[in-house]
Amino acid sequence: MSTEDPIIEIRGLTKRYGSLAAVDAVDLDIRRGEFFALLGPSGCGKTTLLRMIAGLEMPTGGTIRLEGNDVSAVPVNKRPVNMVFQSYAVFPHMSVLDNVGYGLRIAGVTREETRHRAEEALALVKLAGYGARRPDQLSGGQRQRVALARALVKQPKVLLLDEPLSALDAKLREQMRLELVNLQDSVGITFVIVTHDQSEALSMADRIAVMDAGQVRQVAPPAELYEFPANRFVADFIGSVNLIEGQVESCDAGIVTLSCPDLPAPVVIRQQVTYATGTTAWLALRPEKIDITHEPDGDGTSNLAHGVVEEITYLGETSVYHVRVAPDVPLIKVSSANLDRVTRRRFTWGDNVHLSWTSECGVVLDR
Amino acid sequence: MDPWWRHPLVFWVLGLPPTAWLLGFFLIPLGIVWLFSFAELRGVIGMEVTGTLANYARALDPLYLEIFGKSFLFAGMTTVVSLVAGFPVAMAIVFASPRWRPVLLLLVILPFWTNLLIRTYALIAVLRIRGFVNFSLEWLWERGDWGLALIGLPGVLGDRFEPLELLYNNTAVVIGLVYVHLPFMVLPLYAALERLDRSLIEAALDLGASQWTAFRTVIVPLAFPGIVSGAILVFIPALGSFLTPDLLGGTDSQMIANVIERQFKGANDWPFGAALSFLLMYLTFGALALRAVLSRGRSAMDAG
Repeated sequence: MSTEDPIIEIRGLTKRYGSLAAVDAVDLDIRRGEFFALLGPSGCGKTTLLRMIAGLEMPTGGTIRLEGNDVSAVPVNKRPVNMVFQSYAVFPHMSVLDNVGYGLRIAGVTREETRHRAEEALALVKLAGYGARRPDQLSGGQRQRVALARALVKQPKVLLLDEPLSALDAKLREQMRLELVNLQDSVGITFVIVTHDQSEALSMADRIAVMDAGQVRQVAPPAELYEFPANRFVADFIGSVNLIEGQVESCDAGIVTLSCPDLPAPVVIRQQVTYATGTTAWLALRPEKIDITHEPDGDGTSNLAHGVVEEITYLGETSVYHVRVAPDVPLIKVSSANLDRVTRRRFTWGDNVHLSWTSECGVVLDR
Repeated sequence: MDPWWRHPLVFWVLGLPPTAWLLGFFLIPLGIVWLFSFAELRGVIGMEVTGTLANYARALDPLYLEIFGKSFLFAGMTTVVSLVAGFPVAMAIVFASPRWRPVLLLLVILPFWTNLLIRTYALIAVLRIRGFVNFSLEWLWERGDWGLALIGLPGVLGDRFEPLELLYNNTAVVIGLVYVHLPFMVLPLYAALERLDRSLIEAALDLGASQWTAFRTVIVPLAFPGIVSGAILVFIPALGSFLTPDLLGGTDSQMIANVIERQFKGANDWPFGAALSFLLMYLTFGALALRAVLSRGRSAMDAG
C-alpha cells in the first residue's frame, strides 16, 4: 500500500520543443508502491512526462529524483525503471521467452537463470507455457502481457505504462484493468500509467494527476478528484458537471454563499475554503446530485431552482434532462436513474420542473 | 456480377502482349544462345550445333576459373563494402527529419540519371595520378610539410609528395563497382529500416541495451530481409560487370564479362562465349538457390 514515502520526486520539470513547452515546470511526488495515473486530454504532455521519467526524453529543465538520487541526466539504459509501450513493442523476431528474457540476457545473467526468471514472469502474467510461441501467433492482449512480463522481469523500481489499454477492445479492456490492479498488488512495484480515459484512471489508480497544457492541474485520489475538483478544468474533465457563475456573498465557518444571477436564491454550500467577498466563483455541481421534481421541494434547507425541460438524453440506466433555468445561459444537466420503464417516464419535453440540491452537494471554485 | 477486370478475356488481353514480348525477345534469344554453347566453329563465321561439351570443358580451364574466382571476389567485396557503407546512409535517411528525407533519397538516386559511361570517366578524373584525390592529398601534404618545417621537423613527410596509384588496379575496380552499386544497397535497406517501429529500439534501450547491443540484436535482425535483397541486388550485377573493370581495371583485373565480350567480338568464338555466359548464369542461380534453402532452413529453425 502507498505510504507517504516518495519514490519519484519531480521538481520544475520542463520539456520545450522550440517555443512550445510540452511539459511546463511540473512538480510531482509519486509514492512508493502506489498505482499512479497521469490523466489528461491528448497533447497535454502526459506521455512526454512519462518518457522523461523513463529517460527516453531528456528534460529541458528541472530534476527527476528516483529514491532520492537525481537521475535527470542518466541515460535510458541505465535507469532502474521499465516501460510498457503503447504499441507493446514486442520484438517480432524473438520467441516469447526470448522477449521476456531479453533484459536479463543482455545484462549477462546466465542462460539457466534467465530462462527460469522469464518463465516465472510469464506465469505472473498468466502466459505460462507460451514461451516458445512467436509474437505473431499471439493476440493483442497476449502481446501486452508479454510486454508486461518483459518489463517486470527486470524488477524495476517503477513500472511505466503508456496508454496500455488503448489498443484493446472494450471487453478485454475492462478485464485488463482489474488484472493490472491485481498484478500491481501482488508485485508491489510502483506503477505509473498514462491514460486519456478518465474511467480507466478512476477505476485503477490510487492517485491521479490531471494534466492540461503541460501543467498538473490537480493531484488527488479518484473520489476526491471527482467530489472536490480544485478548478473548473478538472471539474469539467472528470465526469460531467454544471458550472454556474456567481459572486461570493459570504464565506465563513465552512459555509460559502454564492449569489448567482441565473438562480432565484443564493446557493449555500458547506465547504472549508476562504474566498473574499465579491470574488467571481463557479458552482460545480454534478448532474446526479440534483433532485428533479414536479412540485417544489418543501423542506426549506435545500438550494432551489426551477425551469423547463428542453432536451432529454436517454442513456439506458439513466436519463439526462437539460433544464433551462434562465434565457441565454447553459442548460443545467440533471441525471436521474430510470427506475421505471421509459414508457412511464416521469418528465417530458416542456415540463416545468423544480431542481434542488443540499449544501453537501457541489463545490464552489474560484478558478 | 463480377467486376469487369475479373473477366477471363480481360486477363488474356492484358497478359498476352507482355508474355509474347518476353517469349520473343528474351526467352527465345536466350534459348538460341544456350544452343550456341553446344556448338562447334565451322570456318570463320559458321558454326554447327553438335551437342559438344567441349566449350564447357574449355571454360573450366584454370585460366578461366581464376577469372571466375576473381569476379566472385570483386562482387563479394563490392557487396560487403556497399553494405558497410550503405547501412549508415540508410539509417541516416530514416532518422532524418521528414522534410529532408525525400531530398536525401533523391541524392542517392541522382547518379542513375547520368549515363554509366560518363560516370565512370568522371571517376577516372577523380582517381588518376593527376586527379582530384591526389590533388587534395598533395595540398594537404604541402600544408603539413610547411607546418612541420615551422616547428623544426622538416622532411618528416618525405622529400616530395608521392601520388597514390588509385587507377588501373583491383582497388580501382572495387571502388568503381561500389560507387555504381551503392544505391541498390541503400534503397532496400532504407525500405526495411523505414518500416521498423521506433518503439522497438526504445524498448531495447529501456531494457538496458547499449546503443550497439540494440543495433546488433534488434535493428540488424529486423533489417535482415533488406540486407539480403540489397546483397542480391548488388552482388549479381556486380558479378556480371563489364564496363567498370574495362575502364578502371589493370591488365590483371578483368572480370568474366570482359572475357565473354572478347569471345563474342574480338575472337568471334560465339560458342565459347555462350558457354561462359551460361556458366556464369548457372553459378548465379546456384548461389540464389543456396540462399533460398538456407533462409528456409533458418525460418524452419526459428519456428521449431
